Amino acid sequence: MPSEQKLGSAIVDTVFANMVSSQNESSLLSSEGDSQRTQYPYVTGTSVIGIKYKDGILMAADMGGSYGSTIRYKSVERLKQVGKHSLIGASGEISDFQEILRYLDELILHDSMWDDGNSLGPKEVHNYLTRVLYNRRNKFDPLWNSLVLGGVKNGQKYLGSVSMIGVHFEDDHVATGFGNHLARPILREEWREDLTFEEGVKLLEKCMRNLLYRDRSAVNKLQIAKITEEGLTISQPYSLKTFWNFAAFKNPTVGAEGSW
Amino acid sequence: MDRDATADVNAPHSMGTTIIGVTYNGGVILGADSRTSTGLYVANRASDKITQLTDNVYICRSGSAADSQIVSDYVRYFLHQHTIQLGQPATVKVAANLVRLLSYNNKNMLQTGIIVGGWDKYEGGKIYGIPLGGTILEQPFAIGGSGSSYLYGFFDQAWKEGMTKDEAEQLVVKAVSLAIARDGASGGVVRTVTINNEGVTRNFYPGDQLPLWHEEVEAHNSLLDILNASSPEPMST
Repeated sequence: MPSEQKLGSAIVDTVFANMVSSQNESSLLSSEGDSQRTQYPYVTGTSVIGIKYKDGILMAADMGGSYGSTIRYKSVERLKQVGKHSLIGASGEISDFQEILRYLDELILHDSMWDDGNSLGPKEVHNYLTRVLYNRRNKFDPLWNSLVLGGVKNGQKYLGSVSMIGVHFEDDHVATGFGNHLARPILREEWREDLTFEEGVKLLEKCMRNLLYRDRSAVNKLQIAKITEEGLTISQPYSLKTFWNFAAFKNPTVGAEGSW
Repeated sequence: MDRDATADVNAPHSMGTTIIGVTYNGGVILGADSRTSTGLYVANRASDKITQLTDNVYICRSGSAADSQIVSDYVRYFLHQHTIQLGQPATVKVAANLVRLLSYNNKNMLQTGIIVGGWDKYEGGKIYGIPLGGTILEQPFAIGGSGSSYLYGFFDQAWKEGMTKDEAEQLVVKAVSLAIARDGASGGVVRTVTINNEGVTRNFYPGDQLPLWHEEVEAHNSLLDILNASSPEPMST
């Protein structure tokens, strides 16, 4: 029974692939004039922040999926495990992130099928993603994402980011999107090599709260993920308290009637 | 003004639409309006936007009528073969992922948002939203189409987990009807399809039987009926 199913599905897969294979191939569903293509994003996630801390990596992202200016989805998981040693956080087009997760799934699967006792670490996964994104950019058909990739392997902490055009680097703290402008200045001031877990979480929350105030596409429902040599945990979704109780907020136009 | 109206008739058929899918304790309910427009003209005032893929999986279509029809035709074809090979009904998840595959791989050409809903013996009732771009998201309820803009607030307030079948049906009908009231691209009748372990039921709510909302008034056959109903007075301003 299993082999018949495989044969049957292989036929379907080939037919399917020919009919729906994307972009440049001439097929039932794509036209030939598609030599120039840069898409635009539809459902997008906003900032991801990542920091190294004493025992490993901490990463934070909210759970929003925006559709233009509408906050359409509020339970999108943008932090995901990759193999044994890595954690990926994505901003940008969610459908492309879902496709990247499928590529990574295949990568990890093939790696494990070697059954050689080795497994891909965060540095390797980061490099793989960089190649994928850069090559797609060269074909004018980008995966519209900015990714943060972090992990720990053999005691070595690793944290990197890669953008949709293939710009990639490695640092003690990284962020995507608005996080670059709002979170990294805070991290530059307050990040230290020996942050404890509690200090790290508080630092990330400070950044996320700031993003909540100032990023229009932020939603108040976030997850924080931690990866250490021991393993990975992604927190349950939770919300942050915000502060509006300032005298200047209550009476903003005192002394300047008509202003805002 | 006249010239504009005729020029629009050649615009592609689009279902400015309101589509909804909700789960309840036991299954799912899919709902939609029935207006298909070409520009400003209503090409079909009684379309059926809830399309069958298999015995247990249906989809709501929005956006380009042509694109959504061709996607549903392909997915129905593949699901049929898959069912034969599998030897049992396809799951909602498989159907939704086939839709996603087409939507994602042809994202530059397709303009259709789809809600997949159905019931299978493994997961029960499930709703999957597949908006433009080909993102797939499993949700307790999903809304789509141009009319859905007017329903985000409504569902934030009115949605509850674990509704009964009748509660869920009433919610869907109320929601589509509210969207029709405000969205020019939605109108006509409200159609619903209920899918659970017992099977599939279609319902039809004609436009004249929907509740009236703000600034809408009772329908009559003629002014004369109104005049004759009240005392025979001369018409007042």
